[in-house]
Amino acid sequence: METITLAEGVLVRREAWYRRFVKSEALTGYFLISPAVFLMLVLLAYPFVLAVYISMTDRVLGESGKFVWFTNYIKLVQDPIFRNTVWNSFVYTFATVFLKMFLGIILALLLNQDIPARNLIRGAILLPWIVPTSLSVLTWLWMFDSLFSVVNYILLGVGLISRKIQWLGDPTWAMVSVIIVNTWRGLPFFAISFLAGLMTIPRELYEAAEVDGAKRFRQFWHITVPLLQPVIAVVVLFSTIWTFADFQIVYILTHGGPLNATQIFATLAYDVALVAGRIGEGSAVSLFLFPALLVVIMFMLKYLRRE
Amino acid sequence: MRRKRLRTLQRVFGVYLPLAAFILFALFPFYWMLISSFKGNPELYDLKANRLWIEHPTLDQFRDLFAKTEIVRWLFNSFFVSFLTAGLSMTFGVMAGYALARLKFPGAQAFGLATFITYLVPTTLIFIPLARVVTQFGLSNSIWALVVTYPTFLIPFCTWMLIAYFKSIPKDMEECAMIDGCSRIGAMVRIVLPMAIPGVIFSAMFGFTLSWNEFVYALTFISDPAQKTMSVAVPTELIRGDAYFWGELMAASLLGSVPVALLYSFFMDYFVSGLTAGALKG
Repeated sequence: METITLAEGVLVRREAWYRRFVKSEALTGYFLISPAVFLMLVLLAYPFVLAVYISMTDRVLGESGKFVWFTNYIKLVQDPIFRNTVWNSFVYTFATVFLKMFLGIILALLLNQDIPARNLIRGAILLPWIVPTSLSVLTWLWMFDSLFSVVNYILLGVGLISRKIQWLGDPTWAMVSVIIVNTWRGLPFFAISFLAGLMTIPRELYEAAEVDGAKRFRQFWHITVPLLQPVIAVVVLFSTIWTFADFQIVYILTHGGPLNATQIFATLAYDVALVAGRIGEGSAVSLFLFPALLVVIMFMLKYLRRE
Repeated sequence: MRRKRLRTLQRVFGVYLPLAAFILFALFPFYWMLISSFKGNPELYDLKANRLWIEHPTLDQFRDLFAKTEIVRWLFNSFFVSFLTAGLSMTFGVMAGYALARLKFPGAQAFGLATFITYLVPTTLIFIPLARVVTQFGLSNSIWALVVTYPTFLIPFCTWMLIAYFKSIPKDMEECAMIDGCSRIGAMVRIVLPMAIPGVIFSAMFGFTLSWNEFVYALTFISDPAQKTMSVAVPTELIRGDAYFWGELMAASLLGSVPVALLYSFFMDYFVSGLTAGALKG
C-alpha cells in the first residue's frame, strides 16, 4: 500500500515536472527558433568555416588541393590586379554611398513637401529599388551601348557633349557608369528611409524656430540634421556593406573591365574561383569582405546599444 | 500680388523642377526598356529615327521570346522559388520573431544578435563554399538549391521585421487567452498573429521580392538553362556569345520586372509602413 502511494507520488511529481517543462517558456522558445537556428548553422556558419579552410588550400576546380596556410593571401596582397581591386572597391563604395546620402536627403526633403499625387510619386521613385537589379542593369547596358547609346543620343541632342562618350569602353567612364547605376538603384532606399525619419520630426519645432527668426538653412542644420542622424547612420551602415560586397551591377555592366578598371571584390572572387577555377584563391578574395563586415557590425552594435 | 508670384516661382524652381529631375532619372530606364521591347529590329537599330519614340509598335520581340526561348519555364521557376521561399521564411520568421519578442529563455539574446548579424552578411562572402555544400546535398544544378539557400537571408530579415511588430502588440490579450486555458502557441496563432497581419504580409512580400531578384546564388549554383530563374536566365541565356538581341532582352526584362512592380502597386502602403518601421527600429 505504502509503496504504491510512493510510486504514485513520484509519478505525480514527475508529471508535474514534465508539464512544467513543456509549459515553460524555454522549451517553447527553443522550439520556435529551431528551424532558423538549424538553417543558420548549416548554410551560414558551416560554409563560413569552410570558406576559411578552403582559402588556405591551393584547391582548383575538380581537385581537392592541399593545405598551404596563408599562401593565397600573401600572393593576393602582392598581386597588382588585387591591389587595384581593393582601391576600386573603396572608390565605388565611398562615391556611391556619399552620392546616395547627399541626393537621398535632398529627395526626401522634396518628397516631404506638400505635393500633388504624393503616393504615386513615391511609388515611381521606389521603382529602381524594387525591380530585379540584373534586369534593370541590362537596360543600362543597352543605354550605354557603344554604338546605340541613348544617353549619348540625348546628351548630343541637347548639346551637352560634342563627341560620343565611350561609357563602358573607357576605364574612367566605366567607373563613372557603375557609380551612376549603383546610385540610381540605391537612392530610393535612402530617400524613403530618410523620408520616414523626416515625418517623425514634430512640426512644432520648425514653427518655434520660425518664431525665433531662424532661416530655412539654419532650421535644416539645427533641427533636421541632428534629429535625422540616427536614420542616416543606420542607412549608411547598411548601404556600405551591401555596396562593398556588390556583385551584379559590375558583373553585368562591365564584368570588371575594361582591363580590370572596375573590378571589385565580389566580381574578382567570382572570376578567380568560378571562371579560372582557382577556388582556394577565390575564397581568399571574398574573405577580404569579412573585415569590412566586422567594422560595420561593430559600428552598428555600438550605435544600437546607445539608442 | 508680387509676393504671391515670387512664391510660385520659388515652388517651381525649388520643388517641382528638382523633383521632376529625380523622377526622370528614376523612370527613364524603364521607359527605355518599355519602348525598346515594342520596337522591331529595323527601328531599334536605326540611328536616324527618333529614338525616344516608337514609329511602328510591334509584338515581334515577345513573339520571338515565347517561340524561341524557355521564358515560360524561367518565369515559372521564379514564381515557384519565390512563393516557396517567401512562405517558408515567413513561417519560420513568425516563429523566431515571436520567441524573441515575448519569451524569456537562456540564449535568446545571443540568438537575436546572431540574427541581426546574419542579416548583414552579404551573399558574396560565402557563395563559393556554399556551392560546395549545395553539391554535397545533391542539389547542384537544381532549383531546390535556391529553395534551400534563400531562407538563410530571408529568415533573418523576416524575424527582425516581425520582432518590432510583435512588440507593438499589447501583451494583455494573449495573457488573458492563456489564463483561459490557451497554450502559448495557441495564443500566438489565434490572438497575436491576426493582429500582426500587416507585418506578416510585408515580410512575405519582401521575401518574395528578394527571392525574385536574387542573382549571385542562382548564377553560381545553376547552369542548366531549364532550372534558371528570370534574373539569371535573361542575362546569361539571352546573350549568346557577343550577340546582344536588345529587343528580346528588353522584352524579357520587362516580363521579369512587371510581377514585382505589380505586387508593389497593390501593397504600396504596407510596404512604406514596413520599410519605415524597419528603418526606424532596425
